[in-house]
Amino acid sequence: MKYDAIVVGAGHNGLTSAAFLARAGLKVLVVEKNDYVGGAAVSRELTPGWTYSNCSYVCSLLRPEIIRALELPRYGLQVIPYESGATFSSGGDYFNYSADHDQLRRELMRLDPAEADNYDRFARAVMKQCRFIKPLLLRTAPDPASLRPRDLAELLYIGKRFHGLGERDMAETVRFWTMSIAEYLDQYLTNDLVKAHIAGAGIIGTGLGPYSPGTAYVLLHHYMGEVDGAIGAWGFARGGMGAITRAMADSFRASGGEIRAGSGLDRFLVTNGRVTGVALENGDEFHADTVISGMDVRRTFTEHADEADLPADFVRGVKRYRFRGSSGKLNIALDGMPDFTAAPKGARFLRGDLHFLDGMEEIERAYDDWKEGRWSASPYVDFLIPTQIDPTMAPPGKHYATIFVQYAPYELADGPWDDARREAFARTVIDKVTRHAPNFADLIVHKEVRSPADIEREVGLSEGNIFQGELTFDQLLFNRPVPGYAQYRSPIKGLYMCGSSTHPGGGVMGAPGANAAREVLRDLGRKIDLGAAA
Amino acid sequence: MSAAKNLRQPMAMGVVPGPFHDRIAPLNHRQGWMNWMGIAAPTVLDTVEFEYFAIRNQATVFDISPMMKYRISGPDAETVVNRLVTRDIRKVGPGRVTYAIWCDEDGNVVDDGTIFRFADGTFRLCCQEPQMAWLMDVAHGFDVSLADESADVAGLAVQGPTSCAVLKDMGLAGVEAMKPFDIREFRVKSKPVTVSRTGFTGDLGYELWMAPDDALTIWDHLMAAGHLRGVKVIGYEALEMARIEAGFLLPRVDFVSSQTHLRPGRARNPYELGLDRLVHLDKPHFNGRRALQRLSQTRPARKLVTLEISRDKPAHHAYVYHRGKKEVGFVTSALWSPTLKRNIAYAWVDAPYCFDGKDLSVEIYLQRELVWQRRMARAQIVDRGLFANPRRTATPPSDY
Repeated sequence: MKYDAIVVGAGHNGLTSAAFLARAGLKVLVVEKNDYVGGAAVSRELTPGWTYSNCSYVCSLLRPEIIRALELPRYGLQVIPYESGATFSSGGDYFNYSADHDQLRRELMRLDPAEADNYDRFARAVMKQCRFIKPLLLRTAPDPASLRPRDLAELLYIGKRFHGLGERDMAETVRFWTMSIAEYLDQYLTNDLVKAHIAGAGIIGTGLGPYSPGTAYVLLHHYMGEVDGAIGAWGFARGGMGAITRAMADSFRASGGEIRAGSGLDRFLVTNGRVTGVALENGDEFHADTVISGMDVRRTFTEHADEADLPADFVRGVKRYRFRGSSGKLNIALDGMPDFTAAPKGARFLRGDLHFLDGMEEIERAYDDWKEGRWSASPYVDFLIPTQIDPTMAPPGKHYATIFVQYAPYELADGPWDDARREAFARTVIDKVTRHAPNFADLIVHKEVRSPADIEREVGLSEGNIFQGELTFDQLLFNRPVPGYAQYRSPIKGLYMCGSSTHPGGGVMGAPGANAAREVLRDLGRKIDLGAAA
Repeated sequence: MSAAKNLRQPMAMGVVPGPFHDRIAPLNHRQGWMNWMGIAAPTVLDTVEFEYFAIRNQATVFDISPMMKYRISGPDAETVVNRLVTRDIRKVGPGRVTYAIWCDEDGNVVDDGTIFRFADGTFRLCCQEPQMAWLMDVAHGFDVSLADESADVAGLAVQGPTSCAVLKDMGLAGVEAMKPFDIREFRVKSKPVTVSRTGFTGDLGYELWMAPDDALTIWDHLMAAGHLRGVKVIGYEALEMARIEAGFLLPRVDFVSSQTHLRPGRARNPYELGLDRLVHLDKPHFNGRRALQRLSQTRPARKLVTLEISRDKPAHHAYVYHRGKKEVGFVTSALWSPTLKRNIAYAWVDAPYCFDGKDLSVEIYLQRELVWQRRMARAQIVDRGLFANPRRTATPPSDY
């Protein structure tokens, strides 16, 4: 059976690529190792009545152009913004972040007379950077060494935009791309609780601490999304993050695409440096002149390709590309809404992202544990109860809590991630939450605990790194994933990459998938159809 | 649970009532409110025309409590204020107010406002946009204390030809002797009230400053005293008409603060704004001095000009054209002036058209029963501040 293109991996980027190719008229097959589609944007019912967002859990980065062009709302996707959040301190106070600017200013001025102005300055600096980066997301990063007109034009485009920032903001951009989040925030803000609340976005998913250079960019990566033009806003996909990939899969099928789930890739079929198809673990072989890997760059080339087909320096580049899994995840079915000691019952901010934290040092200490090969004794958690907004994920009156945990090492110093250690890890997290919501532990009906090793095994992300590779400046733009191969093509002719290992990186964004589809179609002499969104 | 009672409630969302809310709300027949720095401010209480004419004919009361107010005090207060603003604050004596602008180091305007000098070392900065962080930057290393007293001081603007008479009837003995920009302390029903002869209407008028706890007492007394002098509570829209006639600028409407814009090139300097007279380059170092020295030698790339426009429809959101073809600017504020019977607008106009002002026209958009009509109207550049009535500065003012 011969296809025009085969996409390996039914995550959000694989499905995005596949759907764009199918819309362009190609006969496309998607192969997926799990029995279900979704990759890390997946919703599964592991206990009757509750749907989890098993991996990724909130939505902001998914490009609106992709939502439109693939008609995802027609296939059921709705992204509902959430409005606020809070960081609870051990002293019984909380910082209430609010999307309502007046409320936020009052809260900041409560903590420090100048903090509201300070925050507005910070928000303005971030917004300027987001405005600079946003147009780069759905463009292929130019190769700075290339003299091809297209690369030169792209370099000129970026250069012009950079220059257009003006002298001060050019300097600010360099600071943003290189500084640590803690030091960056120190330039603007004074209150520890406020800084700690914001700093989380700089370390989520990364094997770096808040004082590690490069983490300011990670914050930017989390802020550059939007919900309906509200830059920096985050929302819930109604029905869980799986609703995104379900809609993508349905959009893809509606364009004539075919998905085969349940058997993973064994190897790419390559003849004379040219890909000819894929061989699956179950022995099936499918043929196509174009194969696109949604897997991360390490798995793609070190596990499923033959090194003999690859240049040595490329292989070295792939091997030195850093993953460093650092995050765990708990999904918890709750018998009711937990009561937070410091929060008035029904407080609106409980519908947003909650954290339990006193300051930057606590995050740094949590990072120290990770470096030593332990999960953090007092981890940074991003805790949300989406069922306060989304009526589809738990029975009425019951709730679902998603707890993202930073830090958890991929390899523990004292042995493998077995059931006992997973349980002890979960206990650490649950105890931390329970200190702020005493009835939390008693409300637990069911839980799913995922270490970085579990995420690697189940989802396929190397070392459990949620971004398919660290989002540091050395691994961005034309360095992502490997210099010289940042334009979605690989050394094997016809084999492309479309995962988050490629520009512009991780998060449920879809941009790498769309960009890869554009490059594939370009090589086939066709154009991607972004429809009215273009 | 008893412990639950002590839980800190989240801060209020959105707009909250100001110190005069209990009195204004029953008068707000249109229930028109706007968000002014998080405080509910009336837009129109009954009819904008009647509110406007009350400014020019009687006495009006407008709640200015949402203004940002910062106290700057201490041995270095004068130095700090002089470092902040572009005009020479040393020439402003105690008991006086002045209008000022302040700039960033590129010479672009951060905000404008009034500076009250209560005593040698005690100032209040009164402005539209929050400035605490900016003030802290400017005051760094100096022996001053800064306090945001926005919530601690309630304010009422009493403006119009009978405003002095109303205040006299209120028992403010000697208020008629106050010259424009004077400050005096009074007592009303034993409550301290600071009065400044200032305002945003270009008319005779005063501003009353008091503790929020005394606000309603003083309001009631003012209303009772003003009863026979036609005192009328007004909303923002009527004031907006008066301020355009009077030639005052509004941040976010006529210009964007250099501290808030996102897009490069949106900041504006005093020369572009036509505020040259507020820049005193001969005083010692102040924020933006070097840049302003340079800018004062060069021709601005554009200017905020006042246009007088033919026919009677205000040129809201209009483009400005040269010879009807080339787009050379846009309108920021527009008004058919009921007193002057002139159609006026503020507009940003590019050089050189902002200088010679010849052959300008504006494209006015009129919606007539859903159908949009476009009308080109002739425009000419005129001096700002078209409403100028001698009663604004007369001392003592007449009673009407």
